[in-house]
Amino acid sequence: MGFLGIQGGGGGGFWLPRAASTGAAPVDALFYFILAISVVFFALIVGLMIFFVVRYRRRAGQGPQPSPAHNTPLEITWSVIPLAIVIGIFAWGFKVFMDLATPPANAYEVQVTAQKWSWLYTYPNGHVDDVLHVPGDRPVKLVMTSEDVIHSYFVPAFRVKRDVVPGRYSTLWFEALEPGEYQVYCTEYCGTGHSDMLSKVVVHPPGGFEKWLEDASNLLNTLPPAEAGERLYRSRGCIQCHSMDGAAAIGPTFRGLVGSQRVMRSGTRLVADENYIRESILEPQAQIVAGFEPVMPTYKGRLKDEEITALIAFMKSLAGEKGEEQ
Amino acid sequence: MTAQHATQPAGAVSVPMENALGGENYLNHGRGLWSWLTTLDHKRIGIMYLVSILAAFLLGGVFALLLRTELLTPQQTIMKPDTYNQMFTLHGAVMIFLFIIPGIPAALGNFVLPLMLGAKDVAFPRLNLASYYLWVTGALFALVSIITGAVDTGWTFYTPYSTTTSTSVISMVFGAFILGFSSIFTGLNFVVTIHKMRPPGMTWFRMPLFLWGLYGTAIIQILATPVLGITLLLIIAERLLGVGIFDPALGGDPVLFQHFFWFYSHPAVYIMILPAMGVISELMATFSRKRIFGYAAIAGSSIAIAVISFLVWGHHMFVSGQSNLAGMIFSFLTFLVAIPSAIKVFNWTATMYKGSVWLATPMLYALSFLFLFGIGGLTGLFLGALATDVHLHDTYFVVAHFHYVMFGGTVMGFLGGLHYWWPKMSGRMYSERWGRIAALLIFVGFNVTFFAQFVMGSQGMPRRYYNYLPEFTPYHVISTVGSYLLGLGFLIVLVYLIHSLVKGQPAPANPWGGATLEWQTSSPPPHDNFSREPVVDDPYDVERWRWDEALGGYRRQEQPASA
Amino acid sequence: MSQTTPHDPHLAHHFPDAGTQFEAGKLGMWIFLATEILLFGGLFCAYAVYRANHPEIFIYAHQFLDKVLGGINTAVLIVSSLTMAWAVRAAQLGHQRALVRLLAATIALGFVFLGIKYVEYEHKWKEGLLPGKRFTHQAAAPPAAAAPADPDPAPVAAAGDSSVIAPAARGPAGLASPSTASQEKAHKVPRNVQIFFGIYFSMTGLHAIHVIAGMITLLWILRRAARGEFGPRYFTPVDLAGLYWHLVDLIWIYLFPLLYLIH
Repeated sequence: MGFLGIQGGGGGGFWLPRAASTGAAPVDALFYFILAISVVFFALIVGLMIFFVVRYRRRAGQGPQPSPAHNTPLEITWSVIPLAIVIGIFAWGFKVFMDLATPPANAYEVQVTAQKWSWLYTYPNGHVDDVLHVPGDRPVKLVMTSEDVIHSYFVPAFRVKRDVVPGRYSTLWFEALEPGEYQVYCTEYCGTGHSDMLSKVVVHPPGGFEKWLEDASNLLNTLPPAEAGERLYRSRGCIQCHSMDGAAAIGPTFRGLVGSQRVMRSGTRLVADENYIRESILEPQAQIVAGFEPVMPTYKGRLKDEEITALIAFMKSLAGEKGEEQ
Repeated sequence: MTAQHATQPAGAVSVPMENALGGENYLNHGRGLWSWLTTLDHKRIGIMYLVSILAAFLLGGVFALLLRTELLTPQQTIMKPDTYNQMFTLHGAVMIFLFIIPGIPAALGNFVLPLMLGAKDVAFPRLNLASYYLWVTGALFALVSIITGAVDTGWTFYTPYSTTTSTSVISMVFGAFILGFSSIFTGLNFVVTIHKMRPPGMTWFRMPLFLWGLYGTAIIQILATPVLGITLLLIIAERLLGVGIFDPALGGDPVLFQHFFWFYSHPAVYIMILPAMGVISELMATFSRKRIFGYAAIAGSSIAIAVISFLVWGHHMFVSGQSNLAGMIFSFLTFLVAIPSAIKVFNWTATMYKGSVWLATPMLYALSFLFLFGIGGLTGLFLGALATDVHLHDTYFVVAHFHYVMFGGTVMGFLGGLHYWWPKMSGRMYSERWGRIAALLIFVGFNVTFFAQFVMGSQGMPRRYYNYLPEFTPYHVISTVGSYLLGLGFLIVLVYLIHSLVKGQPAPANPWGGATLEWQTSSPPPHDNFSREPVVDDPYDVERWRWDEALGGYRRQEQPASA
Repeated sequence: MSQTTPHDPHLAHHFPDAGTQFEAGKLGMWIFLATEILLFGGLFCAYAVYRANHPEIFIYAHQFLDKVLGGINTAVLIVSSLTMAWAVRAAQLGHQRALVRLLAATIALGFVFLGIKYVEYEHKWKEGLLPGKRFTHQAAAPPAAAAPADPDPAPVAAAGDSSVIAPAARGPAGLASPSTASQEKAHKVPRNVQIFFGIYFSMTGLHAIHVIAGMITLLWILRRAARGEFGPRYFTPVDLAGLYWHLVDLIWIYLFPLLYLIH
């Protein structure tokens, strides 16, 4: 089967990436079965085609030979055999799909919120993070919804994908086979940052997840404010639109922001002090800096006061050279 | 009934063989731009459609090459993310709405359909012209959209993205709405023409298979396009008036939009492929110098495809959250629709058996079609099966699959048909040598471009990605190089076709030995299509047409060739 | 067909005879009518989906429609169908004056229909019974959604800046939250009433556009009839316009009970 690019084990092959969940193996088996069927039929048709073209190519002084214009038994055969095969593929595909449709009752549940252009994971204790950390020794169920447009949650290594739709919840589950980091993509087109709407699943070895969750939930108390702010900057999606290095992206950079003069769309000028930053986080549409679009979602109810304070401390730590703002 | 179509006794037949460039033909019947713009002649309307859709194809192709160039490297290569997003939307919208849907029916079909029926025109010539101007209007709206900031929604216009983005969605959507009516009018015209204007002696089962393909297409155009129309109107209403039917914030359901959209857009896939299949049937018979194998099965499968195509739209939504029951039903029906397509492929292959296969340029495209459509169809099995679709949905595997079907299928059929009927349309032959070189280049370039996309897709590369992870770079580089080969192939086609218009050898009435009625009139045909009434008989009795050296073309034998 | 004559001025050059031409025209019109039905079919589907999922919205909101005016309009259109069918008959029989008068009557009834529709629309406009985000009707709007700019009624608990409620734990926009659900019960006003008016205006609006298109067609036919172009040997345009007009009536006959008479 080498020519089909099939590789056993979890290493990943020519066709499919590493298979890292309990649900991946049955999907892969079906994939390779269809691949084998396809190769056989393709070889048959193209082989015959090439054979006929060569064998019956036009030659001087030789016309077509008499042959029937139809043959009922032959035509029935080549209709019924493919029909039986595709019904088999259908049944197999449906069975695997249904086996993977229902999450086990003991699944660990994480809430997922999609927004342009980041994934936020909310753990049962209220902690929010931008990387999905999960225990490696039990199934995980994601309950997902979107704040704005439709997104889609895709983990290739787990062979799972589900649309994330505003106004409703969709679910997805998996059970990882071994600890490690796995890539997450958004696969429903959602605008400018669609291809950067990436995330990771970190599968912890037994016991590791609980320890991580405890540390992560406590960062405001254990870290200096600016450092905690930087964690929040990365984990709450700010980083998707606001750079640290002075380059304007979808939103203004955070470098040198605090204390700088800002020119608004309306033409007014104001100083970006703490209250302005706070307002911009909670009421993003209230003041839009000239040159940017009003696309930021509100963080009202999603960031606590001390978190905003930590973020402002982080921004202050990014103070740029005097005069380079604007 | 008049006797004008009645079959004349064998022996009294003399079919015009002459090239009519020097004499009276539809090209010099009426001179000046105005005579073209106001023409009711289906041939001229077909030619105007052909020029227009080729311009659209060029535009869409340039977009494609720019996209592939951008994807040569991760991050920015030549354009910004928003530009990229607009460009893939325009590539899709232009190729689908402006080129591939009207491509074969409105351009080739308009020219050929009445000729194949031995008729003087389609049933409603004025509606035909109106349909062309609707196309132009729709294209203008699309252009307005491009100029006023383009759209970045993807050609699928999914809500709520399409109702909230700040780009100029309305003019593009309205353009697509108008193009839909253009398509409906073409389909309506064809159905009525085929029903009411077949000549005596041409029963349904003595109709050329291209007409069966166009008939199936027309049914889908008529029955599916209005649903797209209302869906697009609702998007406009949503943006202009905030109606909220698809807006979750107002209690609406965005997934309902997907159902509406795919109720049209899946059958639309068959609007694109069915006429191409019809072309392939003609090419296979003519260039194998043999009767088509399994005529009834091919004709019937066109209609079967047209009917089943209405029942499979949900397979675009296996991961959207529709119920498992719906997923099961749509998956099952999707597999059923594979069978008629498979039957056609087997029949075409069998047609070559014991034939006399002539590898002229149109036949090279027909063989490319078999090869590429074979891959496109078989990879559909991965996407029709629920479990594997979950992994492959919205990845490059899907992109590769539909390009193999749409490009490898429809565009190959279109190119085959264009080369096949080119002498009839223009009255001149193109360079056979350059034709073959270009066909080979397009075949190779196509496979290099899109096969790599299957692999990266199954490895997990999502579609519509401006940026990508470094591990996908080799696939993208291969794909981009292939797209340049492909572009070069099309450039060659463009050059030698234009060259042939000026310097090409005058074409005989029947350069290929086709047995359908359009080969019984001069190349190019006169204004009224036939200066002498064509002899209506078996459309696949190609052996009756024999090469005549003196004529430089095929001549119809007085006696049937069947031994 | 016996109508065929060698020099029939209405016979296009590409048809073998007038009978074929008439049949082709008729078939073409029927196919066109099928596409029109499918155009409305999308809206009927939307209606069916939302009514099945949210029957309470429809039962509540339809009270705001005026059954009497709707009923009168139904009668108006039925009578106009009668005058139209009569006009076709008059054309076939060559009754020139009757044809012109009946066409004029049909068009006049079209104006009556649109006038009544205007009265209904204006009433809805004043009451704020409008689709989607423009819906401002006070009695029907859920209290928290009174401000049209913010259709997402934020639960009181989430309003505080220091809320501990994480984003995903909060209902996403458009899902009912428990607090507003209880308010609805008290007022007996279902959420998302605007959906009904979205569907109402889409359906009746599209229908009204079709009425106008039909009237323009009939005006054109009337002009040709006044010039005496139609008679027993050539009445295809009258016949086809009549088919179109009947379709427009027929769609209304479905719209009326579906929108006005809900139980």
